[in-house]
Amino acid sequence: MKNSIAERVADFFNKYPPFNMINTSDLLKIASEVNIMYLEKGDTVFNQGDHFNEHFYMVRDGAITLHYNLNGVEKNLNINDVGDVFGVRPLIAKENYKLTATANEESIVYAVPIAIFQSVTDNNAKVYKYLITAFATNAYDPYTAEENAEVFVDYIPTTSNDIVNFQTAEYTKNPVTCKENTIIRDAAIKMSTLKIGCIIVTNSKKHPVGMITNSDIKNKIATGKFPIETVVTDIMTSPVITSKPDITVADGQLQMIKNSIGHLCITKDGTTNSEAIGILTHHDVLVTLGNNPSVILKEIKRANRTKKLRTARLKANTLLKSYLEQNIPISHIVKIMAQINDAVTHKAIEIAVSKMATEPPVSFAWLALGSQGRREQLLFTDQDNALIFEDVPEADYEKTKTYFLELAKRVTERLNKIGFEYCEADMMASNPEWCKSVSEWQEQFKNWILEPDEKAVLLSSIFFDYSYIYGNDTLVDTLTDTIFETIDQTSLFFKYLGRDAIKSPSPVGFFKQFLVEQNGEQKDLFNIKNRALMPLIDSARLLVLINKVKGINNTAERYEKMAELEPENKELYHSCSYAFKALSKFKARQGLLHKNSGKFIELESLTKEEKLKLRRCFKPINEIQETLKFKFDLKNFG
Amino acid sequence: MVFNWFKRKKNEVNYPDFWLEYLNTFKSKKRGIIQETRFVAFDTETTGFDSKTDRILSIGAVSITGKTIQVNQSLEIYIEQDVFKPETVKIHGLLKKGSLQKITEIEAIKLFLDYIKDAVLVAHHAGFDKKMVNEMLIRNGLDKLKNRFIDTGILYNKSKHIIYRDNLKEHYSLDDLSDELNVTKEDRHTASGDALITAMVFLKILARLDKRKNLKWGYLLGR
Repeated sequence: MKNSIAERVADFFNKYPPFNMINTSDLLKIASEVNIMYLEKGDTVFNQGDHFNEHFYMVRDGAITLHYNLNGVEKNLNINDVGDVFGVRPLIAKENYKLTATANEESIVYAVPIAIFQSVTDNNAKVYKYLITAFATNAYDPYTAEENAEVFVDYIPTTSNDIVNFQTAEYTKNPVTCKENTIIRDAAIKMSTLKIGCIIVTNSKKHPVGMITNSDIKNKIATGKFPIETVVTDIMTSPVITSKPDITVADGQLQMIKNSIGHLCITKDGTTNSEAIGILTHHDVLVTLGNNPSVILKEIKRANRTKKLRTARLKANTLLKSYLEQNIPISHIVKIMAQINDAVTHKAIEIAVSKMATEPPVSFAWLALGSQGRREQLLFTDQDNALIFEDVPEADYEKTKTYFLELAKRVTERLNKIGFEYCEADMMASNPEWCKSVSEWQEQFKNWILEPDEKAVLLSSIFFDYSYIYGNDTLVDTLTDTIFETIDQTSLFFKYLGRDAIKSPSPVGFFKQFLVEQNGEQKDLFNIKNRALMPLIDSARLLVLINKVKGINNTAERYEKMAELEPENKELYHSCSYAFKALSKFKARQGLLHKNSGKFIELESLTKEEKLKLRRCFKPINEIQETLKFKFDLKNFG
Repeated sequence: MVFNWFKRKKNEVNYPDFWLEYLNTFKSKKRGIIQETRFVAFDTETTGFDSKTDRILSIGAVSITGKTIQVNQSLEIYIEQDVFKPETVKIHGLLKKGSLQKITEIEAIKLFLDYIKDAVLVAHHAGFDKKMVNEMLIRNGLDKLKNRFIDTGILYNKSKHIIYRDNLKEHYSLDDLSDELNVTKEDRHTASGDALITAMVFLKILARLDKRKNLKWGYLLGR
């Protein structure tokens, strides 16, 4: 019998991974068995500690928050949007839910029966890989939080068509072993001399009976739980998780995630009843995967020429694309990209310094400004930077400044070669105006704060979001302290910033239409940066400045911090943080699609879902602007 | 009264088994808890608006239990009819000889009754669908539907706070309600599509009702 509803469900599935990797007839089979769940705001799909369900879930409409309770404190992990998959734990590990899934708003969720899904996707490695990623992304294990953070970073496969995952993993052959009656000290000495992180305990037949890792020694010996003369069998992890020699990288990943371990023992027949012949470590998996943050970062650190830096940075763009394709949370992507951008800049400066004829005359610090300073730069954008050098006697000033200007020029040239465009407004350390001594900078900021005018406010939006990249960080701290001291002396500055933050009206017009650009080359395009991102960025900056929050530059994190400081406005701040992340993701996707900064969005090219999603992000913008208006009494401040 | 009662009794004997089975599902009189009750949202596509001369071309239905709709528990049937009005094809898109697999009216009735059982029926402008189905039943020597009905149009009106009632329209189309309640309109004007939209509209109205005061049978079923 025809089932039109199943067909529509299949149509929807087909738009999103992993379902878009499944053929149409199989998709229809799955869709016919789906449950459509309606959830009111606050309804839960499953609770932390619940026995696993026979379904996993996909958001059809609305948004589902994943959160967990740690020692009585609720923590949000992620918000799943239309098309996002969640609750996949039972697909991978048959254990109770570690998270609670709650409707963030009125939502519709498709519950996909696992049995049917598995029967259909049995051998579809791509599908499985996606789900592992989704799982790793939303996974949280309070007891191995540290290791999990690592899993989180590293278990994200590269691109969806990357075949490397299905290669046989390169494991270490001839693993280091010890006998069951070995004393821990001896095992540790062996590990230490051979510089290895794990040793396999074998019985007389060379079958693995247990494993000891660095963390076992840390947790069980160094803490004094067991004496150092104890035999290895007392503290080893047993039984050993084993695998056959022909294990693929993807399987290796899966095993490690499933069992929360970093080492897999390879045995002749894949069971513990045969000889241990090798060991597959987390690191091995990483190396095989190649295009992942750790490897890129290593490549950057090793680079000795600008050209190599450029190659490494370009790899990061590929990585970014695959992350966006796989719906990895934006906060995570941003962190990785910031780390990579900082490392590239750091290295570029290092190279430039080494190529100068002489050592720097005094210490200096390199600051990233604007979006890089806020750690929000996803794509290559303009470089905004500044340089602070230590105060010198007046006689040496000219000489010192000339040196640093020359250095800055070389750095910006290198950054340009790597792919960061020169700043149009020339807000770069190579400009004499933005290459100054500490006391000059202190004066400059005091001036902006105490005598605000249009220009000061414009500049502050770039200069107040600085972050330290290279050199002497105490110079930066000095500057920060001055800023916070000066801010106490005035309230006028805040009013100026506040006015700036509310100057762009809410992006949705009276008739729920998007406000598009009225003229110029960008006519009819939606300027996501000016209309949506900037108001959020400006408001966040103002809020943290007034609350004297130091060291948090990222807009989303600033709102999270505000939620902590003002629990009464928690919901608003959380939704601002969320909106900001969603909008950034939008911009990055558009940017990759059109190979530009993603600033202008062609509304026509968006699907209805995307438009709705976009529009939903605008509500908090409006609300935060209203709040600022009230807080800073801006109504009559023209 | 006594005479009538006898007459009905006599008639019942002649009813086919599937009708008696349908009646049987109403044996347990108790009205359960709303959250555990099975609702069936349905829609019909017809050749026109006259319950006497027009015919049902297609029935789509989904069942709702506790805010969940099971896709494999939905009903979608297409009925062979001699009555055909070309001018309505542009609304429902059903051709006289289409590629869709069609069944006879009596087959359709069997499937429909077996599907709905004693569920509470939900439809948009339920009066019309109810009349069309009842006419079809009587035409085939059966009796009217025994199920309780909820009309999403009426329920929506009631769900609005008294101060907004002045602004309400007399008649809300399914399109109005889907726009108002933000329900995705897919397959509009197919029986299955409309049934699913009606189900979503119904769930969303329920969610907006005052949980303590109005989530009661008297309120839902009454006019």
